[in-house]
Formats: sequence, C-alpha cells, structure tokens
Amino acid sequence: MSPDVVTDTEWTRPIPRPDAVSAPYWEAAARGELLIQECTSCGHRQFYPRAVCTDCGGDVDWLTCSGRGTVHTFTVIRQNHAKPFKDELPYVVAIVELEEGPRMMGNVTGVDADDMRIGTPLEVHFVQADEGVAVPFWRHRS
Amino acid sequence: MDRTPVIAGIGLSDYPVAKDLDSVQHHALAYQRVLADCGVEKSAIDAYIGAGGSHQMMIDDPVTLAEYFRIDHKYIDGTMTGGSSFEFHVQHGAAAIREGLCDTILVTYGSDQLSRMGRMLGTGGFARGTQKVGGPQAYEAPYGNSLVGAYAMAAQRHMHEYGTTSEQLGEIAAGVREFAGLNPNAMYRDPITADDVVSSRMIADPLHKLDCCVISDGGGALIMTTAERAKDLKQPPAYVLGAAGAQTHWNISQMPDYTVTAGAKAGPIAFEQAGVTPADIDTINFYDSFTITALLLLEDLGFCPKGEGGKFVQEGHLRRGGDLPLNTDGGGLSSCHPGMRGIFLLIESVRQLRGQAGEAQVPDCNLALACGSGGWLSAIGTVILGKEHP
Repeated sequence: MSPDVVTDTEWTRPIPRPDAVSAPYWEAAARGELLIQECTSCGHRQFYPRAVCTDCGGDVDWLTCSGRGTVHTFTVIRQNHAKPFKDELPYVVAIVELEEGPRMMGNVTGVDADDMRIGTPLEVHFVQADEGVAVPFWRHRS
Repeated sequence: MDRTPVIAGIGLSDYPVAKDLDSVQHHALAYQRVLADCGVEKSAIDAYIGAGGSHQMMIDDPVTLAEYFRIDHKYIDGTMTGGSSFEFHVQHGAAAIREGLCDTILVTYGSDQLSRMGRMLGTGGFARGTQKVGGPQAYEAPYGNSLVGAYAMAAQRHMHEYGTTSEQLGEIAAGVREFAGLNPNAMYRDPITADDVVSSRMIADPLHKLDCCVISDGGGALIMTTAERAKDLKQPPAYVLGAAGAQTHWNISQMPDYTVTAGAKAGPIAFEQAGVTPADIDTINFYDSFTITALLLLEDLGFCPKGEGGKFVQEGHLRRGGDLPLNTDGGGLSSCHPGMRGIFLLIESVRQLRGQAGEAQVPDCNLALACGSGGWLSAIGTVILGKEHP
C-alpha cells in the first residue's frame, strides 16, 4: 500500500497529543500506516494503544493493519456548535471495524451522508495534523 | 441494632431554571430541604458522598463540600461515573451502613448547567479548534462527534440488528411527556406524540431533537441511614433492597456491544440481592438522556427480551396507568436534566414509595427501581427500593 497522507491542507481540528505509549502509532500514521496492538502473550488485538493488554495484562507489540474495514455503526452529525465542525455539517462519524478485528472511530469522507449504511466497506487515508502526527480518515472502498 | 440501609430523606433544589443559584447553592438548597424533609439533626450526619464534576473550578468536589458544609465525617466517597454516580453512591452508602462504617450519610448534587453553560452539553462539542487532546480522547476528538452522536451510534446499531424504529423511540418521549404534564415544575409540559418526535429536527441520525433530554439547572440531596435510626425521623423509609453497578467502557468508541449496556450485569445482581424479579417492580425511574438510553435499560434489566424493547414500549406498559410507569416526574426528556440526573431517579422513586407523587402517584407502589446511565452508556447503576422492611 502506498502511503496516502495528505500534508498540504491546513489542519483546523483538535490535535492529538502523543505520549510515550502512543507516539509510534501517530508517527506511523504520518507515514501512511495504521497500527494496532497485539499481545505477545495471548495474541489479543486492541485499539487504542495502551501500555498493557486489556485481556491478560501482558506486553503488547505493534501490528500493521491492511487499512481496510467496514462500518459497524455510525451517525450523521447535523448539529455541532464547536468550530471547525459547525462549518462542515452534516458529516459522518462512524465506528469502523478493522479487518484485523478491533474497532476505531473515524469520519467517512466523500460520501453522501444519506447513503451511509452499516456494513459499507471502507479504506483508510491520513491527514497530517502536526509534526509527526497524522489522523486516519475513511472513504468508500469498492 | 437494625442496620438495614434506607433512604430516609430527599430534597430537591429549584429547577428547571434557577438563574440566581450557582452549583454550590443548588447543593446547599437541596441539603437544607433534605434536613427539613426527614428532620435529621445536622450533627447526626457522619458521612458525605458526592460526585463533584459540575464546576470546572472544582468547587463542588466532595472534599470541598464536606468542608463547606462542615460535615464531621468518618466516611467519604467521591465516586464519579457521570449521571449514574448517585446509584453507585447508594450501593457504596448501603454497604458502609451495613458494615457500621457510618450511620447517617448526606448525598448532594447541584448544577447550574443551563444558566452557566446554556444548551452546549449535547452538541457543544467535546473539543474545539486546534486544542491539543491527549489520552483516549485523542482517538475521538478530531472527528467532531457530539454527546448526542455517541448515543445515536447505539440507536443506529439497535435499529440495524433488531428493526427498532424511530416511532418506537418516540413513544418513550411521548409517555414521559405525559407525566411531565402532571409536574408543575417540568420544563416542557405540553403533550407530544411519537409522530411529533419523529418529525422533530434530526440532531444526530437517528436521534431527533425530541429524542434528547432537556438541559436545565437543578440539584438534589439524600439522607441514607439505618432502619433503626429512620424510626425516629419524620418520613417512612425507603429500604435499599438491592444496589449494583457495572461498567463496559467509558469512551463511546470502546463500547463492546452497541446494543448492550452494563445494566445487563448490574441489573441481575440487584434483583438477586432484592429477591425480586422485573415483574414485581411497580415503577421505574430510568436515565433518559435519550430515548435509546431508556430502551436499552429496559432490555438489559430484563423487563423484556433483548431486541424487543421497541415492541414493549408500544404496548403501553410505561404510560400513565400502565403496569410499569416510567419517569413519573417527567424525566430528563421533559422535566429536568442538569448534567447528571441520577439523583432525581432515586428521589422520584422514594416519592412514589411514600405515596407523595400527587397526580402521578402509581397505585399500590411497593417496589421502585432506579437505573442510572453514566458517560456514554458506560457505567450503569441499579437500585431497587422497597416500602416494606426486607
């Protein structure tokens, strides 16, 4: 998969602040890779990044994902008073189920909000938010 | 000494709008009124429980309020699970009373949410502009979800799996509004129908404006004590027969199953403690931040099978005159929701058991259930109260 990271737009949204555990995740996103974690003891996969496995408390390692997922559930936000979102209404916020199992939140872009459905296949792309930080977004996958 | 835990006193501050009261004044007014309600001496209070969280300067934190009221306590709890905090407080307070850690607990809540913040809670956004966000919120804040949107995701999934309809959700709001019409203090009192809900503006699909609770000011207080001490007080006690809490997640993107809350765990524990079943309950006070909240709790607590909440609602059980009246004070959907509504569920349950609910009184009300939902369907607390000594 070739890196698909938009770097030439002005980021106007809240900016994720990496910490010691999550920095590799955000740095990978800035390279166009989506990471989750896998437990080195029990094999459990998880998102968001944590210092320990949520199933057994063991150590975790990074796993690079395919960048493909499906819509598990979603909403169309039609009212939000906060900038910059109030200028982007309506927009889709979805819970994306990754091919690898875990789920994450994201916006689905480039779709008509009224056509959104549970089960819609998606692929990831990234938008740079800060130095060494990019945020995953999702679009329809044919 | 009979250490069976009871709720002996209840107090409400002014709602739904109290422009002259700040959060601490709401706590204080509810505190004065709970003393007057049950006649307990201030000097008898030896424990304080509160959730704080209603003021960014933390002036309503439990330790601060214990100082402010000069509660000479030997037991304090500050559990904060969002709107369900007070059901967890009853669980903790009941255990502390049974164990003999304390004898008389003051619980208070107060919020000037509407007068201070306006109606920003639901769709004001969790984060704005280019502020930096760390922790688990870093994985949600960039996407502009709203509080309404979080619950909407659960509603969307429930509709997908079980065919639940907007009309069925709307029936919940219509039923609660009917009770609000009996409460002179309720924020909205004019009758509405399920159709009115469905035709109201969409806020976050599939939740409409009238699927959402009101934003108000308000406060409440409880006195918990032993059955023994309650004999000397002015009001008949509400016995705590069961109290249990559980949590599935905190942030909405971490919800394991969008159609099941932690009520599925906490509910059965509370019923087992109380030795009763859902069919025995005479009235329910459910957190109704949104219509979907109440529908999920109905299923998770076993009032109907999973997925059949919509059908159950349409059968009219929850209506005035039904066999399971819901939110007889008008609920959060129509009466009062200052941000954390859990204490009002307990207060209305006690009013019903005492026979003090006026026109909204449920006949022969012996068992009342309060179920709070905190966060984003995250932490669920269930309390079963009875009129008779267990």
